[in-house]
Amino acid sequence: MSRKTTATRQAVVTVAAWTIGFLIFFPILWTIILSFKSEGDAIKAPLDVLTSTWSLESYHEVQERSNYLKHFWNSVVLSLGSTLLALLIAIPAAWSMAFVPGKRTKDLLMWMLSTKMMPAVGVLVPMYLMFRDFGLLDTRIGLVVVLTLINLPIVVWMLYTYFKEIPGEILEAARMDGANLRSEILYILTPMAVPGIASTLLLNVILAWNEAFWTLQLTTSNAAPLTQFIASYSSPEGLFYAKLSAASTMAIAPILILGWFSQKQLVRGLTFGAVK
Amino acid sequence: MATEHSRTAARLMVSPAVILLFLWMIVPLGMTIYFSFLRYNLLMPGMESWTGFDNYYYFITQHAFWDALVNTLLLVGGVLVITVVGGVALALLLDQPFKGQGIVRVMVIAPFFVMPTVSALVWKNMFMNPVNGMFAHIAKAFGLQPFDFLSHAPLASIILIVAWSWLPFATLILLTALQSLDREQMEAAEMDGASWLNRFIYLTVPHLTRSITVVVLIQTIFLLSVFAEILVTTNGGPGTASTNLPYLVYAQSLLNYDVGGGSAGGIIAVILANIVAIFLMRMIGKNLET
Repeated sequence: MSRKTTATRQAVVTVAAWTIGFLIFFPILWTIILSFKSEGDAIKAPLDVLTSTWSLESYHEVQERSNYLKHFWNSVVLSLGSTLLALLIAIPAAWSMAFVPGKRTKDLLMWMLSTKMMPAVGVLVPMYLMFRDFGLLDTRIGLVVVLTLINLPIVVWMLYTYFKEIPGEILEAARMDGANLRSEILYILTPMAVPGIASTLLLNVILAWNEAFWTLQLTTSNAAPLTQFIASYSSPEGLFYAKLSAASTMAIAPILILGWFSQKQLVRGLTFGAVK
Repeated sequence: MATEHSRTAARLMVSPAVILLFLWMIVPLGMTIYFSFLRYNLLMPGMESWTGFDNYYYFITQHAFWDALVNTLLLVGGVLVITVVGGVALALLLDQPFKGQGIVRVMVIAPFFVMPTVSALVWKNMFMNPVNGMFAHIAKAFGLQPFDFLSHAPLASIILIVAWSWLPFATLILLTALQSLDREQMEAAEMDGASWLNRFIYLTVPHLTRSITVVVLIQTIFLLSVFAEILVTTNGGPGTASTNLPYLVYAQSLLNYDVGGGSAGGIIAVILANIVAIFLMRMIGKNLET
């Protein structure tokens, strides 16, 4: 009796979970399917779409029409550049806060977090005017700086929570053995900190890749990453479903794959260590 | 234990991050505050003059502001309700053992990694379009009149799109929290004859409260500044039906060139966000103590 109910229950759970999972994923799946169809077939009724011929035509057209690779490269430069720059600034800061905490370390961390609370529209006008006056509009360097600054608090926090888990006794032992600050960092901390740094890097590349406020406001074409490139499809021209699908698939595929690897870090990073 | 020497070194290592963030916080924000007291239009350069609180007065007394405020609250509230309720249900479901758990998990998390412009355009065109969209095809198959989502229910449609992007985040965090629930306690309660509902109310919910609070507060910060989804779907329209505060500030300052008015709106948005932020900071601050 009880075995039977368990089996039924498991079957119900399996069916329900798969159905809901499929429905949530469906918009992405459908976009991928449409990207392999011709323009004429893509707007047909769903069942006719599935039975129509498959082709790579839209992918060729997207690249020819709008130079997809340029925008892809911009996204890579912006997300990786801003993340590396943020790590360069944040690693020493997080290191010292985790291992040489002072009286104000906690306040400092909370203050850093508070800068993240400022909504972007609050500084939209001066940022836009400064970018205009310094000739930074639509340049990659300007955007790298902005993306670095908006992600810096998250980077510091994530690194801090990871560094905190490295046992301090190891450092003391090393110090007793006469290791100086430099070798302490180089030979003891770095190897232990690499996994945390890698997770931080991964999460921040994802966040920067998908950032869609500053990239939309401060770029038009030359420095435009994929967020802006896709937004250009919102014009009536965007009714070319197959091309929009192909462009969208190419824009989300790299980060979707990276994202699946970073599920755990995502929770930790986005909750500032409040949920692990 | 730290020596004087290492303390100085530590300070030097923190300072670049602190100085940069301080500048980032103080310079543009200071400029916004300054602009918000000026009559300043980009079409009339060199005509800036001091107007005191006029910009705030005009910004707050326009109809669009109140529409935008209500829309902002509806958007935040609507998405929060959907993602928290849906997230708890989904987390409970995914926490059960079943075949293909890994794959289902990956499918559920996927929308979070889709950039806002893509998710908005995919929903707008492939699903909500009244002629060729999936929903229109389904309606036609049943002999119904297709519904033009973005013209007749623009805000609800945007809430749906944004909720789809954030549901995975809520689910993932609540699932992580559920997995740390004490199984033995659960089994003991079951043995003692506690019903599923009672176990849920007295064990699961209290255990999840903290994570739900975190989800609500973090999402609120991001949801208060939803922008891209509105820009590519409705442009805030029809009229102001789907304009939220960030979009209104953008429209006023960069589309109407009213720097003064836009800045005043920006400061109001900052104040609104800070009210939320205070709660979040307390929450995370408590966590630091342990």
